[in-house]
Amino acid sequence: MKALLVCEYRERALLPASYELVAFADRLGAETAMVLIGDPSAAPRVTGKLYLAGAARYGEYNPDLHKRIVLEAAQRERADYIVFLHSSYGWDLAPRVAAALRIGQISEIVGIADGGFEVGICNAKLRRSVVPRTGRAVLTLQAGAFTPAGEAAGTPQIEQIDLAGEASPLEFVGYEPAEEKGVDLTKADVIVSAGRGVGKKENVPVIAALAKALGGELGASRPVVDAGWVEHSHQVGTTGQSVSPKLYVACGISGAIQHLAGMKKSDFVIAINKDKDAPIGEVADVLVVADVLQFVPVLTAKLV
Amino acid sequence: MKILVCIKQVPDMESRFKVNAGGNWYDESDLAWRMNEYDEYAVEQAVQLKEQLGDAPEVTVLSIGPDRVVEPIKKALAMGCDRAVHVQDAAAASKDPWQIASIIAAYARDKDFDLLLTGMQSQDRGSAQVGVTVAEQLGLPCATTLVGLAYDNGTVIAKRELEGGLKGVVKLKTPALLTCQLGLNTPRYPTLPNIMKAKKKEVLAIPVAELLTEQELTGTAGAYPPPKKGCGTVLEGDLGAMADRLIGILKEKTAVMR
Repeated sequence: MKALLVCEYRERALLPASYELVAFADRLGAETAMVLIGDPSAAPRVTGKLYLAGAARYGEYNPDLHKRIVLEAAQRERADYIVFLHSSYGWDLAPRVAAALRIGQISEIVGIADGGFEVGICNAKLRRSVVPRTGRAVLTLQAGAFTPAGEAAGTPQIEQIDLAGEASPLEFVGYEPAEEKGVDLTKADVIVSAGRGVGKKENVPVIAALAKALGGELGASRPVVDAGWVEHSHQVGTTGQSVSPKLYVACGISGAIQHLAGMKKSDFVIAINKDKDAPIGEVADVLVVADVLQFVPVLTAKLV
Repeated sequence: MKILVCIKQVPDMESRFKVNAGGNWYDESDLAWRMNEYDEYAVEQAVQLKEQLGDAPEVTVLSIGPDRVVEPIKKALAMGCDRAVHVQDAAAASKDPWQIASIIAAYARDKDFDLLLTGMQSQDRGSAQVGVTVAEQLGLPCATTLVGLAYDNGTVIAKRELEGGLKGVVKLKTPALLTCQLGLNTPRYPTLPNIMKAKKKEVLAIPVAELLTEQELTGTAGAYPPPKKGCGTVLEGDLGAMADRLIGILKEKTAVMR
């Protein structure tokens, strides 16, 4: 069994998450080759073959050309699986590769089960084991689901891919940096985050008061930021900040995967939620089953 | 200008989910249904484009599923879409993303849509495949995960959301397919007059058999609840007693109370 692992490269650097692809292939027991569209100096530290195409020529984001490069590498390698991270790069490119080959794609894999690949449905409240009906398949992996065992070491054997450049229907204009961070949550010892369960903007001060009583910062889940209740610099999760405080208190946060990915490295997690089965309970050291708006003021009063 | 918006009906994600009798999906009984949140942004974007271009674009909304999907279709019409297509399929949930995409592509082929809009993923299955796959099957350029969109005279400037707050700006020409991320706009609530007006709009029903020619490329071996970690402490009951207990745990297990 052979797996072709598609590295991620952004702003002239290899994204370290690329090593999660290697961890997955190890779990699968697959022989691997990697493909990188990037600078040779960014080559992953692995042994084995690396198909390399220059970012200077093919761009950091150019789905049509990148698709052709991945297809070329997959063909040379006779890969059974073509594996991406389930990221803004991977979920964009993977279906294009799968469609070109008319093979099945399995998205956001969290585990390997007997005879299938495990994925979550309905906010990870259930799991599904999915099997390809085609001999080969395209796979995307959930961020953080397969963690590398140790520091990567090795020098890949590089094989260049050169394709005749073709005008792409999509032009990459450039990056737009994250807004200036109002709050640097990555340095906070205590973060108390508000989720959809706080109900409305007017209730956010209840959560902020608990954050203050614990000497911490206010965080928020994505729906709360999208609704304009809390500004974006407070957002915790894959599209916000990834945090690892000594204490994380999740108030009315059900625990979408994207949020969990941003806070599960916290030392100690308290979740306050009405729903005992909310996925946040999976990462919580203590789950308080209560309405946040009733419980938080009681707790805050005992702390100040 | 012609715009196609594809929407899906999904359960309220706050629901409790059980595995169905077939052991391959969630049990659909006793669930509250709503429009997939990502698709609300797609509908809103289509309606905003229609407003921007002086009402010129014709916006068609399409959904695949059993009779209940007429509900979100009506919502989309009340938000401002002009007409609707209901692809009737009682077994839509058992089709894989490739088949769902092929149904949409079969409908859209030869209809000369300038713009196709979808959510970037569904809240229940979450494969993030259907939009991109429709584009590939139709041979259209495609940009995903949009949190910004500007349209002018056949050119789209799209802002894609990447990780950690970074965004990537891309430019493409119509016809094109775009997938919408949360936060792209602020989806409107249908007003009562618009809900009334929507009742008169056309909903064309097409049996799925007329559009489906593809076999599934992936299948479900089984569905089951996730393994319970179950090592955490669960507190229930009196608010004051829980607060005291929690403060005790914080003093014992963390350094933040010292």
